[in-house]
Amino acid sequence: MTQLDNQLAIPELQLDVPVVHEDQSVLKAQSRALIKDKVIAALFALAAVAIAIPLISLLWTVVSRGLARIDAEFFTSSMKGVVGAGGGALHAIVGTLEITGLTLLVSVPIGIAAAVFLTEYAAPGSRFASCVRFLVDVMTGIPSIVAGLFAYSLFSLVLGPAYRSGIAAALALSLLMLPVVIRSTEEVLLLVPHDLREAGWALGAEKHTVIWKVVLPAALPGVISGVLNGVARIIGETAPLLLVSGFADAMNYNPLEGRMASLPVYIYTQWQMKGLDAQAYDDRAWSAALVLIAVVAVLALAARLAPRLLKGKK
Amino acid sequence: MNELEIKDLNAYYGDFLAVSQVNMDIPDKSITAFIGPSGCGKSTLLRTLNRMHEAVPGGRITGEVALEGQDLYGSGVDPVGVRRKVGMVFQKANPFPSMSIYENVIAGVRLRNKRISRKDADELVERSLRQANLWDEVHDRLQTPGGALSGGQQQRLCIARAVAVEPKVILLDEPCSALDPVSTLAIEQLLLELKERYTVVIVTHNMQQAARVSDQTAFFHADAEAWAELTRLEATLGDKSLPQGTRPPGRLVEYAPTDELFNNPRNKATADYLSGRFG
Repeated sequence: MTQLDNQLAIPELQLDVPVVHEDQSVLKAQSRALIKDKVIAALFALAAVAIAIPLISLLWTVVSRGLARIDAEFFTSSMKGVVGAGGGALHAIVGTLEITGLTLLVSVPIGIAAAVFLTEYAAPGSRFASCVRFLVDVMTGIPSIVAGLFAYSLFSLVLGPAYRSGIAAALALSLLMLPVVIRSTEEVLLLVPHDLREAGWALGAEKHTVIWKVVLPAALPGVISGVLNGVARIIGETAPLLLVSGFADAMNYNPLEGRMASLPVYIYTQWQMKGLDAQAYDDRAWSAALVLIAVVAVLALAARLAPRLLKGKK
Repeated sequence: MNELEIKDLNAYYGDFLAVSQVNMDIPDKSITAFIGPSGCGKSTLLRTLNRMHEAVPGGRITGEVALEGQDLYGSGVDPVGVRRKVGMVFQKANPFPSMSIYENVIAGVRLRNKRISRKDADELVERSLRQANLWDEVHDRLQTPGGALSGGQQQRLCIARAVAVEPKVILLDEPCSALDPVSTLAIEQLLLELKERYTVVIVTHNMQQAARVSDQTAFFHADAEAWAELTRLEATLGDKSLPQGTRPPGRLVEYAPTDELFNNPRNKATADYLSGRFG
């Protein structure tokens, strides 16, 4: 045992020997380098803290001011006939849910189908596929107001300039969400091992069946988290909604007809068009902001947890 | 009787000729081993036998492969139908990760959108797992994911999945190359049982494995000198149609009953390969 220890210790001793006999200037240079290293590390840490400050401050402000109106009335009544205190955001919450749901209905099937085309059907290096990929990239950069204007002009061409509806808002938001869904789905589909497709084909399955029953289930957790990330991206959009769904004080359950409130627009109008009791409007705006942030936080968390939860189940 | 008859088969990746002029007959209810150094085209040839070669971009063949006298590449033959008769097991065990052991075994049925009663499915799963010598190890946890099994068990699960669709032929592409010796032995014993019911073709890097399990062995080699000689010969004969590749294509050098090929190889390249002089 001791013999072994000696044997093991020898190389270490040899390594240490030159350092002991190092002259002073080298030692100083080493300690200077050490200090420099620590300073730079501290600068990076500072940057990390710097980005956390605004976030924490924002969360603190929204929570502390928003709690004032987190009450039963806020979640059960609209702003119909309310001019001062009281009232709620139920109509805006319902509006946001309906518009987001419709957006999902449009962008999830089309987005996944497009991603399946790009990864499963397009020949590698196909011109058409790279053209589609380029367009998807361009779509990612469309300013949301432009998406709103597009939806607005499309619907006013057909139904007249005064037409406002939740479905038009869903169309505008779908333009923003589609590239997110396509890109994230494409990425997770590429991660599905090619072996699995071949295993499916070798069992005598048609290509579309293999995609439907093997590839997509294997990619499902990733697809879901991509979709949830997309929802988190569009649920706070305000500009296109101002254009195409407008603002409303009363409940409108019908997304096909009429102005429809939504949380971001609700926040904007409460703050922008205050009545005599300004405090009541401010409180409602902050509470709606808190609700919106909570929804986004839950979605972001769900997007993180979806892969793990789905895998754990199986 | 010959189960598979390969005639004048050339296999290409795009313009590249990977396998050239293979002629061989594979008898039924036996094990045929394909051996040879890397890049000799043995896996490519295997994949032409169930038209999986076409799944690779640019993959195409000329020539003929007949199963029970019927050309698999004839016009109007659906590659999907061919794969139902000629099953395949891959180098890396690839059970479907989103499915349980049970679902993996009946995946072939489900993926064909065929309806199967619960009772029939239960029977099929038990029969297939028994054929793959896996039933005793997994019968009490059929609903757990297939990916949770050991490597050797996963590979036997893949074999169960392949036999569950009741093919005539089972192709195995280096099925033991990622397995430990004990799991390898289990698969080899399984192959000897499978040949009672199926025609088995196995690609292997392991010459001892070929010697242990196979009835006949085919040695493939992509020999540059021989290829140059051959193309010169064709040119003098006036046939310019023989395609040129950047690398020499793999060719069937020798095909004989396993004992004969190992103990008394007729070709020098075969003898050199078997004695470990190259490859």
